[in-house]
Amino acid sequence: MSEVLQQRIKSVIDTSPVALFMKGTPQFVMCGNSERALQALRRAGAPVTTVDILPDPEIRRELSSISGWPTIPQVFINGELIGGADIAEELAQSGELERKLADALGDDYVERGGERVVSVLVAA
Amino acid sequence: MTAPLEDLLRSAFPEATEVRVTDRTGGGDHFLVEVTSPRFDGMPLLEQHKLVNAALAAPFAAGTIHEMRIKTRGSR
Repeated sequence: MSEVLQQRIKSVIDTSPVALFMKGTPQFVMCGNSERALQALRRAGAPVTTVDILPDPEIRRELSSISGWPTIPQVFINGELIGGADIAEELAQSGELERKLADALGDDYVERGGERVVSVLVAA
Repeated sequence: MTAPLEDLLRSAFPEATEVRVTDRTGGGDHFLVEVTSPRFDGMPLLEQHKLVNAALAAPFAAGTIHEMRIKTRGSR
């Protein structure tokens, strides 16, 4: 079961231009730091795929063992860990986040736009 | 509440020119952690934060730290 979960998490990380693992959803954010990371990505115009880690504590455990990052939220661009809320905010403020996104996804990345919510839950 | 965390950071970053831990909410579990060190010069932000996280892994695992913001600065 946790292997399936691990595969699903990896698949989201590897196949999403921008993946945000957060507490809650963009429509109903459950944590201030997840909100900060989401707002930083929105300001940069990033196409964001979000995963809510709250439904199952295993998600957070597997995610942290994959990424080596202890806390939530976690931001990935093209499969690469960028960091948590502080880094996302700092990079957004300096303009480096937009540069990273353009480098990774192409200059027209903003046109991909939009937010997508996916689940990694494994049916019981 | 902040002193033990500052001690951990000072032993992890003996070269740091500034180590400051602020209790953001007064509740003793939401912290702002600031470290200024020449070791951060030229180091990617992700690696800088990883070092700070590693230094505070124990109180994090123990639940002493519920939430933490990190601000790292290099020597310049």
